[in-house]
Amino acid sequence: MHEMAIAQGILDIALAAAAENDAATVARIKLQVGEMTEVEPEALTFCFAALAAGTAAAAAELEVEVLPLVGRCRDCGREFRVERFRFLCPGCGSAGVEIVSGRELRVEHLEVE
Amino acid sequence: MEIKVMANILDKNDQLAAEVNAQLSRRGIFALNLLGSPGSGKTSLLERTIAALKDELRMAVIEGDLFTDKDADRIARQGVPVVQINTGGGCHLDANMVKGVLDRLDLENLDLLIIENVGNLVCPAEFNIGEDMKATVLSVTEGEDKPLKYPLVFKQAGAVVVNKIDLLPYTSFDLAAATEDITSINPQITLIPASCRTGEGLEGWFDWLRGRVAAKKAAAGRQGN
Repeated sequence: MHEMAIAQGILDIALAAAAENDAATVARIKLQVGEMTEVEPEALTFCFAALAAGTAAAAAELEVEVLPLVGRCRDCGREFRVERFRFLCPGCGSAGVEIVSGRELRVEHLEVE
Repeated sequence: MEIKVMANILDKNDQLAAEVNAQLSRRGIFALNLLGSPGSGKTSLLERTIAALKDELRMAVIEGDLFTDKDADRIARQGVPVVQINTGGGCHLDANMVKGVLDRLDLENLDLLIIENVGNLVCPAEFNIGEDMKATVLSVTEGEDKPLKYPLVFKQAGAVVVNKIDLLPYTSFDLAAATEDITSINPQITLIPASCRTGEGLEGWFDWLRGRVAAKKAAAGRQGN
Protein backbone atom coordinates (compact mmCIF):
# COMPACT_ATOMS: atom_id res chain seq x y z
CA MET A 1 0.00 0.00 0.00
CA HIS A 2 2.60 2.52 -1.11
CA GLU A 3 -0.29 4.71 -2.23
CA MET A 4 -0.34 6.07 1.35
CA ALA A 5 3.17 7.49 0.97
CA ILE A 6 2.32 8.89 -2.45
CA ALA A 7 -0.91 10.42 -1.15
CA GLN A 8 1.08 12.09 1.62
CA GLY A 9 3.41 13.55 -1.00
CA ILE A 10 0.45 14.92 -2.97
CA LEU A 11 -1.09 16.43 0.15
CA ASP A 12 2.19 18.10 1.16
CA ILE A 13 2.60 19.62 -2.30
CA ALA A 14 -1.04 20.77 -2.47
CA LEU A 15 -1.06 22.36 0.99
CA ALA A 16 2.25 24.14 0.40
CA ALA A 17 1.09 25.53 -2.96
CA ALA A 18 -2.26 26.61 -1.49
CA ALA A 19 -0.55 28.41 1.40
CA GLU A 20 1.86 30.17 -0.96
CA ASN A 21 -1.09 31.47 -2.94
CA ASP A 22 -3.16 32.43 0.12
CA ALA A 23 -5.90 30.00 -0.83
CA ALA A 24 -8.31 28.76 1.83
CA THR A 25 -9.30 25.50 0.20
CA VAL A 26 -8.08 23.15 -2.50
CA ALA A 27 -10.96 22.09 -4.75
CA ARG A 28 -9.20 19.88 -7.32
CA ILE A 29 -5.81 18.30 -7.78
CA LYS A 30 -4.80 17.19 -11.24
CA LEU A 31 -2.23 14.38 -11.25
CA GLN A 32 -0.19 12.85 -14.01
CA VAL A 33 0.59 9.20 -13.42
CA GLY A 34 2.69 7.22 -15.87
CA GLU A 35 1.51 3.87 -17.16
CA MET A 36 4.68 2.24 -15.80
CA THR A 37 4.17 3.21 -12.21
CA GLU A 38 2.46 0.80 -9.90
CA VAL A 39 -0.09 3.23 -8.55
CA GLU A 40 -3.70 2.21 -8.27
CA PRO A 41 -5.88 5.35 -8.68
CA GLU A 42 -8.70 4.04 -6.49
CA ALA A 43 -6.36 3.16 -3.63
CA LEU A 44 -4.69 6.54 -4.06
CA THR A 45 -8.02 8.39 -3.81
CA PHE A 46 -8.94 6.40 -0.71
CA CYS A 47 -5.59 7.12 1.01
CA PHE A 48 -5.70 10.77 0.05
CA ALA A 49 -9.17 11.25 1.55
CA ALA A 50 -8.01 9.70 4.81
CA LEU A 51 -4.91 11.88 5.05
CA ALA A 52 -6.55 15.12 3.88
CA ALA A 53 -9.39 15.02 6.43
CA GLY A 54 -9.31 18.19 8.51
CA THR A 55 -6.97 20.06 6.14
CA ALA A 56 -7.60 22.72 3.49
CA ALA A 57 -7.57 19.90 0.93
CA ALA A 58 -10.20 17.80 2.73
CA ALA A 59 -12.76 18.23 -0.05
CA ALA A 60 -10.27 18.15 -2.91
CA GLU A 61 -11.12 15.98 -5.86
CA LEU A 62 -8.27 14.02 -7.41
CA GLU A 63 -8.16 13.84 -11.17
CA VAL A 64 -5.70 11.29 -12.54
CA GLU A 65 -4.40 11.53 -16.08
CA VAL A 66 -2.58 8.34 -17.08
CA LEU A 67 0.36 9.02 -19.40
CA PRO A 68 1.25 6.28 -21.88
CA LEU A 69 4.53 4.39 -21.82
CA VAL A 70 6.60 5.78 -24.68
CA GLY A 71 10.18 4.86 -25.52
CA ARG A 72 12.78 6.41 -27.79
CA CYS A 73 15.49 4.47 -29.58
CA ARG A 74 18.93 5.97 -28.94
CA ASP A 75 20.22 4.44 -32.17
CA CYS A 76 17.62 5.34 -34.80
CA GLY A 77 15.68 8.02 -32.93
CA ARG A 78 12.30 6.34 -33.35
CA GLU A 79 9.67 7.10 -30.73
CA PHE A 80 7.12 4.38 -30.05
CA ARG A 81 4.46 3.20 -27.64
CA VAL A 82 5.95 0.40 -25.54
CA GLU A 83 3.62 -2.62 -25.66
CA ARG A 84 3.91 -5.49 -23.17
CA PHE A 85 6.92 -3.72 -21.64
CA ARG A 86 9.05 -4.73 -24.60
CA PHE A 87 11.94 -2.27 -24.55
CA LEU A 88 13.34 -3.14 -27.96
CA CYS A 89 13.08 -0.74 -30.89
CA PRO A 90 10.43 -1.99 -33.35
CA GLY A 91 12.31 -0.16 -36.11
CA CYS A 92 15.92 -1.30 -35.82
CA GLY A 93 15.76 -3.88 -33.02
CA SER A 94 18.14 -1.94 -30.79
CA ALA A 95 18.06 -2.56 -27.03
CA GLY A 96 19.11 1.05 -26.41
CA VAL A 97 15.65 2.36 -25.58
CA GLU A 98 15.06 5.18 -23.13
CA ILE A 99 11.75 6.01 -21.48
CA VAL A 100 10.23 9.27 -22.73
CA SER A 101 7.04 9.06 -20.71
CA GLY A 102 5.24 6.57 -18.52
CA ARG A 103 7.17 6.99 -15.25
CA GLU A 104 5.54 10.25 -14.11
CA LEU A 105 4.18 10.75 -10.62
CA ARG A 106 3.39 14.43 -10.74
CA VAL A 107 1.03 17.07 -9.40
CA GLU A 108 0.23 18.98 -12.58
CA HIS A 109 -2.03 21.71 -11.28
CA LEU A 110 -4.38 22.68 -8.47
CA GLU A 111 -7.68 24.49 -8.40
CA VAL A 112 -7.96 26.53 -5.23
CA GLU A 113 -10.48 28.97 -3.77
CA MET B 1 -7.95 30.01 -9.24
CA GLU B 2 -5.74 27.51 -11.03
CA ILE B 3 -2.16 27.03 -9.86
CA LYS B 4 0.30 25.32 -12.18
CA VAL B 5 2.46 23.09 -10.00
CA MET B 6 4.32 20.41 -12.01
CA ALA B 7 5.90 18.92 -8.89
CA ASN B 8 7.21 15.37 -8.64
CA ILE B 9 5.39 13.63 -5.83
CA LEU B 10 8.42 11.59 -4.78
CA ASP B 11 10.84 14.54 -4.86
CA LYS B 12 11.24 14.63 -1.10
CA ASN B 13 12.11 10.93 -0.99
CA ASP B 14 14.46 11.30 -3.95
CA GLN B 15 16.30 14.17 -2.25
CA LEU B 16 16.81 12.07 0.88
CA ALA B 17 17.93 9.14 -1.29
CA ALA B 18 20.49 11.41 -2.95
CA GLU B 19 21.80 12.42 0.49
CA VAL B 20 22.13 8.78 1.54
CA ASN B 21 23.88 7.95 -1.72
CA ALA B 22 26.26 10.89 -1.32
CA GLN B 23 27.23 9.74 2.17
CA LEU B 24 28.01 6.26 0.85
CA SER B 25 29.63 7.39 -2.39
CA ARG B 26 32.10 9.67 -0.60
CA ARG B 27 33.51 6.52 0.95
CA GLY B 28 33.31 4.42 -2.19
CA ILE B 29 30.69 2.08 -0.71
CA PHE B 30 28.55 0.20 -3.21
CA ALA B 31 24.93 0.07 -2.00
CA LEU B 32 22.60 -2.62 -3.27
CA ASN B 33 18.82 -2.60 -2.79
CA LEU B 34 17.70 -6.23 -2.79
CA LEU B 35 14.10 -6.80 -3.89
CA GLY B 36 11.80 -9.78 -4.30
CA SER B 37 8.65 -11.52 -3.11
CA PRO B 38 8.34 -12.98 0.38
CA GLY B 39 9.91 -16.41 0.19
CA SER B 40 11.83 -15.80 -3.03
CA GLY B 41 15.09 -16.37 -1.18
CA LYS B 42 16.48 -12.88 -0.53
CA THR B 43 17.78 -13.76 2.93
CA SER B 44 19.15 -17.11 1.76
CA LEU B 45 20.97 -15.31 -1.04
CA LEU B 46 22.37 -12.88 1.52
CA GLU B 47 23.59 -15.72 3.75
CA ARG B 48 25.34 -17.34 0.79
CA THR B 49 26.77 -13.99 -0.32
CA ILE B 50 28.16 -13.17 3.10
CA ALA B 51 29.71 -16.62 3.47
CA ALA B 52 31.39 -16.28 0.08
CA LEU B 53 32.52 -12.65 0.20
CA LYS B 54 32.98 -11.56 3.80
CA ASP B 55 36.70 -12.37 3.78
CA GLU B 56 37.39 -10.27 0.70
CA LEU B 57 34.84 -7.42 1.09
CA ARG B 58 33.90 -5.44 4.16
CA MET B 59 30.12 -5.86 4.22
CA ALA B 60 27.15 -4.71 6.24
CA VAL B 61 23.45 -5.37 5.88
CA ILE B 62 20.32 -3.34 6.55
CA GLU B 63 17.29 -5.58 7.00
CA GLY B 64 13.85 -4.23 6.18
CA ASP B 65 10.92 -6.12 7.61
CA LEU B 66 7.38 -5.28 8.65
CA PHE B 67 7.52 -6.40 12.29
CA THR B 68 10.13 -9.08 13.03
CA ASP B 69 13.89 -9.30 13.34
CA LYS B 70 14.03 -12.94 12.26
CA ASP B 71 16.06 -12.15 9.13
CA ALA B 72 18.42 -9.83 11.02
CA ASP B 73 19.12 -12.71 13.45
CA ARG B 74 19.95 -14.97 10.51
CA ILE B 75 22.34 -12.38 9.08
CA ALA B 76 23.96 -11.61 12.43
CA ARG B 77 24.83 -15.31 12.74
CA GLN B 78 26.90 -14.92 9.55
CA GLY B 79 29.17 -12.50 11.37
CA VAL B 80 28.63 -9.20 9.60
CA PRO B 81 27.13 -6.00 11.06
CA VAL B 82 23.37 -5.84 10.57
CA VAL B 83 20.84 -3.12 11.35
CA GLN B 84 17.13 -3.85 11.49
CA ILE B 85 14.46 -1.47 10.22
CA ASN B 86 10.89 -2.39 11.11
CA THR B 87 8.40 -0.57 8.93
CA GLY B 88 5.52 -1.38 11.30
CA GLY B 89 3.33 -2.66 8.49
CA GLY B 90 4.73 -0.46 5.74
CA CYS B 91 5.20 -2.36 2.50
CA HIS B 92 8.54 -0.84 1.46
CA LEU B 93 11.56 0.99 2.80
CA ASP B 94 11.89 4.68 2.03
CA ALA B 95 14.99 6.86 1.96
CA ASN B 96 14.21 8.48 5.30
CA MET B 97 14.24 5.11 7.08
CA VAL B 98 17.65 4.25 5.62
CA LYS B 99 19.03 7.69 6.40
CA GLY B 100 17.90 7.20 10.00
CA VAL B 101 20.06 4.12 10.56
CA LEU B 102 23.24 5.03 8.65
CA ASP B 103 24.97 6.29 11.79
CA ARG B 104 24.66 2.82 13.29
CA LEU B 105 27.10 1.50 10.68
CA ASP B 106 30.85 1.94 10.57
CA LEU B 107 30.89 3.59 7.16
CA GLU B 108 34.61 4.27 7.23
CA ASN B 109 35.26 0.53 7.09
CA LEU B 110 32.81 -0.68 4.48
CA ASP B 111 32.94 -1.72 0.82
CA LEU B 112 29.47 -3.12 0.31
CA LEU B 113 26.13 -2.31 1.92
CA ILE B 114 23.23 -4.57 1.07
CA ILE B 115 19.76 -3.38 2.00
CA GLU B 116 17.20 -6.18 2.02
CA ASN B 117 13.91 -4.52 1.23
CA VAL B 118 10.50 -5.65 2.44
CA GLY B 119 9.32 -8.73 0.54
CA ASN B 120 7.07 -7.31 -2.16
CA LEU B 121 7.29 -6.99 -5.94
CA VAL B 122 5.29 -3.77 -6.18
CA CYS B 123 5.94 -0.96 -3.71
CA PRO B 124 9.72 -1.13 -3.18
CA ALA B 125 10.27 -0.58 -6.91
CA GLU B 126 8.82 2.95 -6.67
CA PHE B 127 11.08 4.24 -3.90
CA ASN B 128 14.78 4.96 -4.21
CA ILE B 129 16.52 4.52 -0.88
CA GLY B 130 19.98 5.75 -1.76
CA GLU B 131 21.19 2.62 -3.53
CA ASP B 132 23.55 2.50 -6.49
CA MET B 133 21.63 -0.38 -7.95
CA LYS B 134 18.68 -2.65 -7.34
CA ALA B 135 18.76 -6.42 -7.75
CA THR B 136 15.66 -8.61 -7.84
CA VAL B 137 15.28 -12.21 -6.71
CA LEU B 138 12.61 -14.24 -8.52
CA SER B 139 12.11 -17.87 -7.54
CA VAL B 140 10.86 -20.46 -9.99
CA THR B 141 8.04 -21.46 -7.63
CA GLU B 142 6.47 -18.02 -8.09
CA GLY B 143 5.70 -18.67 -11.75
CA GLU B 144 7.10 -17.19 -14.92
CA ASP B 145 4.24 -14.70 -15.32
CA LYS B 146 5.74 -12.41 -12.68
CA PRO B 147 8.00 -10.27 -14.90
CA LEU B 148 5.10 -9.12 -17.07
CA LYS B 149 2.82 -8.70 -14.05
CA TYR B 150 5.37 -6.65 -12.09
CA PRO B 151 7.60 -5.16 -14.81
CA LEU B 152 8.92 -2.21 -12.83
CA VAL B 153 10.85 -4.31 -10.32
CA PHE B 154 12.65 -5.94 -13.27
CA LYS B 155 13.06 -2.72 -15.24
CA GLN B 156 14.73 -0.98 -12.31
CA ALA B 157 17.14 -3.80 -11.48
CA GLY B 158 20.75 -4.20 -12.60
CA ALA B 159 20.61 -7.94 -12.02
CA VAL B 160 17.99 -10.59 -11.42
CA VAL B 161 18.72 -13.86 -9.69
CA VAL B 162 16.29 -16.57 -10.79
CA ASN B 163 16.46 -18.66 -7.65
CA LYS B 164 15.54 -22.25 -6.80
CA ILE B 165 16.47 -23.66 -10.20
CA ASP B 166 17.01 -27.01 -8.46
CA LEU B 167 13.19 -27.14 -8.34
CA LEU B 168 12.74 -26.64 -12.09
CA PRO B 169 11.94 -30.34 -12.73
CA TYR B 170 9.07 -30.14 -10.22
CA THR B 171 7.44 -26.96 -11.54
CA SER B 172 6.01 -25.81 -14.83
CA PHE B 173 8.27 -22.74 -14.77
CA ASP B 174 9.53 -22.05 -18.29
CA LEU B 175 13.00 -20.58 -17.83
CA ALA B 176 13.35 -19.65 -21.50
CA ALA B 177 10.06 -17.74 -21.48
CA ALA B 178 10.95 -15.96 -18.23
CA THR B 179 14.36 -15.06 -19.64
CA GLU B 180 12.77 -13.61 -22.75
CA ASP B 181 10.27 -11.53 -20.77
CA ILE B 182 12.87 -10.24 -18.32
CA THR B 183 15.37 -9.30 -21.01
CA SER B 184 12.76 -7.60 -23.18
CA ILE B 185 11.67 -5.51 -20.17
CA ASN B 186 15.30 -4.76 -19.40
CA PRO B 187 17.76 -5.65 -22.18
CA GLN B 188 20.74 -4.48 -20.08
CA ILE B 189 19.97 -6.73 -17.10
CA THR B 190 22.35 -9.43 -15.88
CA LEU B 191 20.29 -12.59 -15.49
CA ILE B 192 21.62 -15.24 -13.13
CA PRO B 193 19.82 -18.60 -12.80
CA ALA B 194 20.89 -20.05 -9.46
CA SER B 195 19.97 -22.12 -6.45
CA CYS B 196 20.70 -20.88 -2.96
CA ARG B 197 20.07 -24.40 -1.71
CA THR B 198 22.62 -26.23 -3.88
CA GLY B 199 24.88 -23.26 -4.64
CA GLU B 200 24.55 -23.78 -8.41
CA GLY B 201 24.99 -20.59 -10.42
CA LEU B 202 25.89 -18.41 -7.44
CA GLU B 203 29.44 -17.79 -8.67
CA GLY B 204 27.92 -15.60 -11.37
CA TRP B 205 26.15 -13.54 -8.73
CA PHE B 206 29.29 -13.17 -6.62
CA ASP B 207 31.25 -12.06 -9.68
CA TRP B 208 28.58 -9.53 -10.60
CA LEU B 209 28.74 -8.08 -7.07
CA ARG B 210 32.55 -8.03 -7.06
CA GLY B 211 32.44 -6.14 -10.35
CA ARG B 212 30.00 -3.53 -9.04
CA VAL B 213 32.01 -2.98 -5.84
CA ALA B 214 35.24 -2.59 -7.84
CA ALA B 215 33.59 -0.14 -10.26
CA LYS B 216 32.28 1.94 -7.36
CA LYS B 217 35.70 1.99 -5.70
CA ALA B 218 37.31 3.07 -8.96
CA ALA B 219 34.73 5.85 -9.46
CA ALA B 220 35.23 7.09 -5.88
CA GLY B 221 39.01 7.06 -6.40
CA ARG B 222 38.68 9.14 -9.56
CA GLN B 223 36.50 11.67 -7.74
CA GLY B 224 38.91 11.87 -4.84
CA ASN B 225 41.82 12.79 -7.09
